[in-house]
Amino acid sequence: MNILIQGGRIIDPASEMDAVGDLYIQNGKIAGINTMPQGFTADQTIDASGQVVCPGLIDICAHAREPGPSQKGSINSESAAAVAGGVTTMITPPTTSPVVDSAAVAELIKDRCEEAGRMTIRPMGAMTKGLEGEQLAPMAGLASSGCIAFTNARKPIANSLVLLRCLEYAATHDLLVIFQAQDTALAEGGCMHDGSVCTRLGLNGIPEAAEAIEVARCLLLVEQTGVKAHFGQLSCERSVRMIADARERGLPVTADVAIQNLLMTDENVNGFHSEFHLIPPLRSQLDRAGLIQGVISGAIQAICSDHQPHERAAKEAPFADTEPGMIGLQTLLPLSLLLVKQNMLELPQLVEKLTLAPARILGLNAGTLTIGSDADICIFDPEAEWLLTSKNNYSRGQNTPFMEYPLQGKTTYTLHRGEVVYTA
Amino acid sequence: MFEQTDPNQIQLTHDGELKHFITTEGLSREILTDILDRADSFVDMSAKQVKKVPLLRGKTVVNLFFEASTRTLSTFELAAKRLSADVLNLNISTSSTKKGETLKDTLMTLHAMHSDMFVVRHSSSGAAHFIAEHVTPDVAVINAGDGRHAHPTQAMLDMLTIRQAKGAFEPLSVAIVGDILHSRVARSQIHALRTLGVSEIRVIAPNTLLPRDIESLGVKVFTNMQEGIKDVDVVMMLRLQKERMTSALLPSESEFYKLYGLTMDKLALAKPDAVVMHPGPINRGVEIASSVADGDRSLILDQVTNGIAVRMAVMSMAMSGQTKERSELTEAGEE
Repeated sequence: MNILIQGGRIIDPASEMDAVGDLYIQNGKIAGINTMPQGFTADQTIDASGQVVCPGLIDICAHAREPGPSQKGSINSESAAAVAGGVTTMITPPTTSPVVDSAAVAELIKDRCEEAGRMTIRPMGAMTKGLEGEQLAPMAGLASSGCIAFTNARKPIANSLVLLRCLEYAATHDLLVIFQAQDTALAEGGCMHDGSVCTRLGLNGIPEAAEAIEVARCLLLVEQTGVKAHFGQLSCERSVRMIADARERGLPVTADVAIQNLLMTDENVNGFHSEFHLIPPLRSQLDRAGLIQGVISGAIQAICSDHQPHERAAKEAPFADTEPGMIGLQTLLPLSLLLVKQNMLELPQLVEKLTLAPARILGLNAGTLTIGSDADICIFDPEAEWLLTSKNNYSRGQNTPFMEYPLQGKTTYTLHRGEVVYTA
Repeated sequence: MFEQTDPNQIQLTHDGELKHFITTEGLSREILTDILDRADSFVDMSAKQVKKVPLLRGKTVVNLFFEASTRTLSTFELAAKRLSADVLNLNISTSSTKKGETLKDTLMTLHAMHSDMFVVRHSSSGAAHFIAEHVTPDVAVINAGDGRHAHPTQAMLDMLTIRQAKGAFEPLSVAIVGDILHSRVARSQIHALRTLGVSEIRVIAPNTLLPRDIESLGVKVFTNMQEGIKDVDVVMMLRLQKERMTSALLPSESEFYKLYGLTMDKLALAKPDAVVMHPGPINRGVEIASSVADGDRSLILDQVTNGIAVRMAVMSMAMSGQTKERSELTEAGEE
């Protein structure tokens, strides 16, 4: 199957290309940009004029819920949402049921992903068995079964000696570790940022120190072990500062942020709307400014959706009794484009944070339009205005405050390994 | 990102009348004063031979208590009966939720039985909001306490007690003492006192019992009781739950009493005519000395009497607002 994508604004951060041109795809690979490969005849031509052609998005944290409660989502449903959002690779946390701490679970995810046949899913493996923070999970074995990185998710390893050993072991095998930093005791029972809104609503707060203290502890051990480490979904300014300092000192650390934490604050919780019940929580204006600054300065390299689908009932209760998280695969791109609209980033910079940067963090051979690489491509109309509704939402979850919210920027085609897997 | 609307407006009809009573926050001084005036008239009535009025005749009031309470439940029951309503008391903590029924399911079931008013107590902050906004907006919801968020009828009975004792709110300096962190009563009192225009609100507690940024509610913080109570007109004590000792918030009851317990000595620092209040049930020798609780400056029993009158007032107002809005909706539907 040969595809010609004609007349689009091609943005490829790897080659710093940003120009209108034609893209040729042959045998699932990028075969040429502006120069037609020899003997190429297009089986399909996509008119991309007025649109942006960029590498498929790489979402560094999105929950597909499989294996696990099927009322929340499945690899099939959530991968459909992903490609509708231009996402061609997603990284799923190990907090499935059962947890990704054995080769069997990792293989099952791989099989289901192939069955769905739309995109690439790479799971994070558990750092400890059952995420219980006691025994090492078989990280080397899990890596050969497809796990791309290792994390204990939001269940920090309380015993610092166990944590140290995990990092030493991961460093031995040159594996990437991911921290979703949150101190258990400080966050206990909390459901939103501990600040004036929390005080007024009488909710249990999660102080920003709950994240910062764990970032600090992890950084000390990263420094000691030299392990490659990534901090996922930062929520507060102090974390950004610490990570920026560590990078300046040459530590191998990277970070991402969920787009919602760049756009909203704890003020949004006012009114007890459970769509704003998120972990990590939406924090203060100061924290949000710190996160944005981190994205601009490069202390934070990637932006993710932190997609977390839920069934309706999980969100229909008083605020603290609801389950945290929002869906985000289909809104990642339009919401991120707001950063360009608000002049915080140039479009190529944003594309980089959604494609090449996560690929580099993860060591993935993706996120680029280099000739010979897999043709994972997102074509989007940056001006198109649309609403996410229960009809065009592919995720099994409807839980997002952006349901029926006017969005700008819409994926029109998604290609995975040279096949069109989504057409608007 | 999103247009911020005042979430507390859900308790008002589009004409600005009360249709739910969820929080004292965001209500105008006119509405709060209206509640107090109406309650005053019910106080007079309750002292008479015939204690009933027909304002809620034919209406069904369901007291839904997801958290155990005897005092609040019985005053709500009495208030509803004095308004001639049919009353159903449900102690849900011991029934359906243990069988796995969700809050929404429970409410929808009761809604199907054509209830007109839910009086709700729940351990989760925002429970009353949730019910009024997402479950049964056409049933009047009265918040009888939700988590740490609000206990508006308690706050209004306190306001009534203050007004009876002091007349005007404007010149008053009021101190709220004790476990502010866990107190829905304190939050509702602060909003009501601010709206009614007192000159100063102080909160007095150690840092472990103060929520973050409490100053943002418009109060002055004191961690020293002697300084905080100086020259105030009203001292409002809060109940201290015994379990606070085991959760590393306080070292001991005796140390708390020594530093923050209201004794005659400490009360002597307030204005000579300062009055003392407490939402009950009181822990003698923990937050308040018996000599103060039973002394002539204590208004604790007046608070209980006023509790019934205030609840009658808000129940009748919310039912009237709700009924009006419902009939307008029906008319609009017929057109």
